[in-house]
Amino acid sequence: MMKIRAYIPLFIFIFISALIPVLTGMFQANFFLTQLTMSAYYALAALGLCLLLGYAGQISLGQAGFFAIGGYMSAMLSKAGLDPRLAFIAAVLAAALTAFLIGMPVLRLKGHYLAMATLGFGVVIEKVVRGLPVLGGADGLPNVPAFTIIGALRITGGKSERLANYLIAFVILAVCLTLMINLLSSRSGRALRALHGNEEAAAAMGVNTARAKLVAFVIAAVCAAVAGSLLTHFNGSIGPGEAGTMKSIRYLSIVAVGGLSNFTGTLAVGILLNFLSLRGVFGIYDDAVFGAILVVVMLLAPNGFSLSLPKRRKKEGVK
Amino acid sequence: MNIDILAQYLFSGLIYGSIYAVIALGFNIVYNATGIINFAQGEFVMLGGLLTHSFSAVLPLPLAILTAVAITAAVGGLLELVFIRNIGKLIRGKGSVSGGSGGGVMQLTIMTIGLSIGLREIALKIWGEQVQTVAFFSGTESSSLSIGGAHFSPQLLWIMGAAALIFLLLTGFFKYTLSGQAMRACSASRTGSRICGIKAEAMVTFSFILAAAIGAAAGAVTAPLTQTHYAIGTGLAIKGFTVAVFGGLGNSGAAVASGFILGIIESFSIIIFPEAFKDVVSIVLLLAVLFARPSGLFGSREAGRLKEF
Repeated sequence: MMKIRAYIPLFIFIFISALIPVLTGMFQANFFLTQLTMSAYYALAALGLCLLLGYAGQISLGQAGFFAIGGYMSAMLSKAGLDPRLAFIAAVLAAALTAFLIGMPVLRLKGHYLAMATLGFGVVIEKVVRGLPVLGGADGLPNVPAFTIIGALRITGGKSERLANYLIAFVILAVCLTLMINLLSSRSGRALRALHGNEEAAAAMGVNTARAKLVAFVIAAVCAAVAGSLLTHFNGSIGPGEAGTMKSIRYLSIVAVGGLSNFTGTLAVGILLNFLSLRGVFGIYDDAVFGAILVVVMLLAPNGFSLSLPKRRKKEGVK
Repeated sequence: MNIDILAQYLFSGLIYGSIYAVIALGFNIVYNATGIINFAQGEFVMLGGLLTHSFSAVLPLPLAILTAVAITAAVGGLLELVFIRNIGKLIRGKGSVSGGSGGGVMQLTIMTIGLSIGLREIALKIWGEQVQTVAFFSGTESSSLSIGGAHFSPQLLWIMGAAALIFLLLTGFFKYTLSGQAMRACSASRTGSRICGIKAEAMVTFSFILAAAIGAAAGAVTAPLTQTHYAIGTGLAIKGFTVAVFGGLGNSGAAVASGFILGIIESFSIIIFPEAFKDVVSIVLLLAVLFARPSGLFGSREAGRLKEF
C-alpha cells in the first residue's frame, strides 16, 4: 500500500484550491479566477520541468518551446475544424515525439548539454512561429474555438464559465500532481530518484540512466504541451511570446524557488508568481524579476528551499 | 549561381565563423576550469561591442576597445568572485559526502543563466533598445577590397586577424606561461593542482576574466560590420556553444576549426533554405554530431569520458 504521507501535500493543495473560489465569491473578486486559471496552466508546465530538473537533474530551457508546440498545434488543427479533443491528442503526441528526438542524442551524454540543446530548440521554435505566415507571425493565432470536454463542460474564457474553468484547471493540476507522486514510487520513479542521488551508483545498480532521463524529458514536454494546448483554448488565442526563451527561464526559476525536487512547492510558487506577473505587479521588471530570482535562490539555497513538510528522506532510507 | 555570389557567401561564412570560434574559445576556457557551461558568454560579446560604441565617442578607437575589454574582463571576474565562488563553497561544504568536483555544476549553470539575464537588463537600461554601431577600423561602410571580383569589407581582415591573434595568444599562454600551465593543471585535477600549491580558486576567477576579455574583444571587432544590440547575447551563446560541442568541448583547436566549418555551412545554407532557417541548420547539425560522435567532431572518446561534469 502506498504511504499516505506522500499524499499530504496533495490534500493540502486540493483544500486550498477549493477554498480560493469560496473566498473570491465572498469578496466579490471572481475576476481573480481568470488569472488563477491561466497561472494554473503555466504551473502545470513548471510541474513537468520539476520532474526533469529536480529528479533527473537535467536543465531544460525548451519548456516554452514544447508549450508552444502544444498550443499552436491545437490552435491550428481545431481552427481547421478538427475536434479539439483530437487536436489536443495530436498536439501532445507531436511534443512527445519532438522531445524524444531531441533527447535521445543529447541525454546519452554526461553533463549539461541538454541545457544548451534545449535553449537552441526553444529559439528555433520561436523563430519558426514568428516566421511562418501559417502560424500568424507576430500576431499569433486568434479565435481558437472552445474545447468541449463533455456535454456542457468546456474550456473557454467566457465570463459565465469562469468558475467552471477554474475548477477544470485545478482538477487537471491535482490529477497531474497525483500522477507525479505515483510516478516517483513506481519503478521508473525509483530509477529517477536513484539518478538524483548519484548517477554512477544508479548505473551500477542497473538503472539505464540515459533512458530514465529521456523518460523524464518526454514527460516534462508532455506536461508543457498539455498546458499549452489547454491554455490556448482558454485564452482563445496564442502568440509567439509563449515560445520565448524568457518563458522557459521563467519555468526554470519557478522550479528553483519551489525547491528543485518539490512538486507541491513548484505548483504553489508557479501559481503565485504567474498570478503576480499576470496582475502586472512586476511592471517593466517582469523579466528581470525572474532572472534575479534564479541568482538569489542559487546564492542562498542552491539545493532549493523546502516549502513542504519536514524532510522524511532519512526514514525512507532506513526502511 | 555565379562564382561571385558563392565567394560572397564564403566571406560572410568566414566572418561569422571567426565570431563563433572566439565565443567557443571563451566557453572552453570556463568549461575547462569549472565544468560550468557559462550562459553569460554571449553577454560578454554584447558588452564588448556596446562599451566600445560608448567609449569611442570620447576616446580614440584603439583606446576605446582596450577600455571596453578591460571593463568587461573586470565584470567577468567580479561575477565569478561574488556569485560563482560563493555558491561553489556552499555546495562543497554541504555535500562533501557525494564529493566530486561536479557536485554543484547544475546550480552553477543555472546561476549563469540568471546572471546573463541580469547583464542583459542592465544593458537595456544603459543603451536602450536601439541597434548601436561602431566606426569601421579602416575606411568606411562603403569601402571594399576585392579578390577576383568578389567584394568584401576590410573589416573582414580585422575580424579574422583578431580571431587568429586571440587563438595564438591563448595557445601560447596555455602552453608556455606558468599561469597557463597552472590553469591546465586545474582543469585536469583540481585537488591535484591544489596539492602542488596552485591557487585553484584564483585560477577559476582568472578563467572568467580571460573568457570575458576575449568575448569583449570579439564583440568590439565585429560591431562595425554586424552592429550590436542589448539582446544579441543569447543567439551568439547558442552558436558558440554549438561550435564548442561540435568540435569537442574543451578543445581549442577544434573550436576554431568547427567555428569556420559551421559559419560557412550556415551561410551557404541560404542557397537551399530561407534565411530564417539559418539557426535551424546549426541546431540540427549539432544534434546530428552529438548523435553520431558524442565527443564532438575532433574530440577523442577518452577525453569525453574523462570530463564528467
